[in-house]
Amino acid sequence: MSGRRVIIDTGNSAVAYAVKDAEVKVIAAYPITPQTTIVEKIAQFIEYGQMDAKMIRVESEHSAMAAIIGSEAMGVRSFTATSSHGLALMHEMLWYASNARLPVVMAVANRTMGPPWNIWADWGDAMADRDIGWIMSWAANNQEVYDFTLISYRVAEDKRIVLPAMVNLEAFVLTHTSMPFEICGEETREYLPEYDPVWKLDPDDPIIMGNLFSPADTMKLRWDMWESMERAKKVIAEAIREYNERFNRNYEGLIKTYKMDDADYAILSMGTIGEEAEVATDVLREEGLKVGTVRINFFRPFPREDIIKTLNGVSKVIIFERSSSIGASGQIMQDLGQSLLLEKMQLDVNDVFIGIGGTDVSYEDIVNVVKKAIKGDLAPLYWYGSEGW
Amino acid sequence: MVTVKDLAKMEDLLLKGNAACAGCPIGVALRTTLKALGRKTIMFVPACCTSVVQGIGPGAAISVPLFNTAFETAASVASGAAAAAEILGKDVTILAWAGDGGTYDIGLQAISGAAERGDNVLYICYNNQMYSNTGIQRSGATPLGAWTTTTWTGKTEHMKDMGMILIAHRVPYVAATSVGYPDDIYEKVKKAKEKKGFRYIDILAPCPPGWRFPSDMTIRLGRLAIETGFWLLYEYEDGELRFNGYTKLVAEGKREFKPVEEFLRLQDRFRHLFEPKRRDDILEEIQRWIKERFEWYLSLAKI
Repeated sequence: MSGRRVIIDTGNSAVAYAVKDAEVKVIAAYPITPQTTIVEKIAQFIEYGQMDAKMIRVESEHSAMAAIIGSEAMGVRSFTATSSHGLALMHEMLWYASNARLPVVMAVANRTMGPPWNIWADWGDAMADRDIGWIMSWAANNQEVYDFTLISYRVAEDKRIVLPAMVNLEAFVLTHTSMPFEICGEETREYLPEYDPVWKLDPDDPIIMGNLFSPADTMKLRWDMWESMERAKKVIAEAIREYNERFNRNYEGLIKTYKMDDADYAILSMGTIGEEAEVATDVLREEGLKVGTVRINFFRPFPREDIIKTLNGVSKVIIFERSSSIGASGQIMQDLGQSLLLEKMQLDVNDVFIGIGGTDVSYEDIVNVVKKAIKGDLAPLYWYGSEGW
Repeated sequence: MVTVKDLAKMEDLLLKGNAACAGCPIGVALRTTLKALGRKTIMFVPACCTSVVQGIGPGAAISVPLFNTAFETAASVASGAAAAAEILGKDVTILAWAGDGGTYDIGLQAISGAAERGDNVLYICYNNQMYSNTGIQRSGATPLGAWTTTTWTGKTEHMKDMGMILIAHRVPYVAATSVGYPDDIYEKVKKAKEKKGFRYIDILAPCPPGWRFPSDMTIRLGRLAIETGFWLLYEYEDGELRFNGYTKLVAEGKREFKPVEEFLRLQDRFRHLFEPKRRDDILEEIQRWIKERFEWYLSLAKI
């Protein structure tokens, strides 16, 4: 039971297995749908003697993040998981994790923020935390959920980075959907060495973390975080390469491209919609349209260079986003926009809001929108289905 | 029992050159606490005056490791650290050190959670009865009638009884003490250190700029608070409540509480109760509250 093996289980179980295989020592969490089964399973691992760790069953998500900040600051690998309103409650402490350079890892079951009461998928919860200095990945299937969690620990704890990492998996589409995935078991040790913190709270070598600093010194600290996040692009690519070799996977890097080599039109998305877009790509290709798909695996750091490179030669990009920055555009659109400006590139872009509030997104929906976009029949900022509202 | 002279000879872990105001009670409370705990201590400090007192980074005037954390998280960050210390097999005291705003108000939920779980944390509130670091605003610990910058004509409610809230959690140790008695602080911290689980000590901390009194009167007010019954010296241990010091003498009938006016008159935060027009209604209510609260404690205590 300890080596590599394929199991059929949910995305939430994939997170729990990854946390177990990463030999995380402190877990603090609070229940919220659809995250809860992650910590239920971890509690089971610990109580049934399959995992040597301490679990703190805190009284709120704010305390969950605070508690793992405390344990990580003591030099112990730590984890939490949450969703939606729980993540929003944690918001303040997410800054403490990143600014104190504590490489904790958290799984976020992306769920709609209320009101209305809605437990289904939406990226908006995590998007509200994109500017804090957390590495952010978005998984498209349960294998990625498992793998990205391990890769996140490896990258977050890397001494060139030392930033926390968030693994996003969409509510129910992944959290509660079973599919086969391979877990690495004890072989994980070779990939993920024991946690060796760059700083910790130790009476034998006392330091003070986070007292009053001058504006100028604070600015230097932020710059250092900026540099580390920029560096993370390279370190993530390295970590993925080594993961591929060790565990026989074939991840491309911070993005995944599909049939982009000769594409005239590109679909740009993330998570499960990004994977569904590959099916749509095949259908559109059958109809003679040279479409390709770019899926963002790591949204922070934003893989600007990779995306620009693959979009070179494309005449139109259609972005599919499961969240919107109300009053502006979608968040991927904003980051693509800054990428194009920085690279002095111009592109015809459609930003499509789809799957918001957990509405199902099928390849047919994507095919329909892409065809319209190619014909030029689509508003630049388009809410899918809004014609009838 | 340790004496103040003994305390003066012990290693100082709160260093000279710290940024405290003249007469700051943290000088007594934290210095004595760290003398009782020693170097094998890790501090978790939320937003409070100690955030400033420790000095400007990258330097620091406190010689034990310290993590500055968000206002409401002293208890929850300490909970995580306590779990980590257990995993590491480290023999350290996990000390949450917070003001009354971070304890009575915004941090209450996290404290209740940590207390209920029995997390191995020593939580000490140095209680100056207001938000002092932000400039003297009303807190749940502010007493009736006190002027603050958010209660210009005096607070209209009594202070919350945080000690009783912790006693209701049935934690191994709850104590109340005062900056007026460093020896009492020392003994209580020392005793708390030897216990496991969640422990709570509330140190009354008279604040010269906040309470509006000259900076050489901190200790005197810390004693008068006890001698008038405005604040009580007690310990709740192994399910039993006991009084200490002057409070014990009163409980045993050997002394009486002095009139609370003797304590109130020395602080300009209560000046409006005496001039331009004497507010007997409020003064009598404070005196009544002291009597009623003491009787409540007496009914629960072993004397």
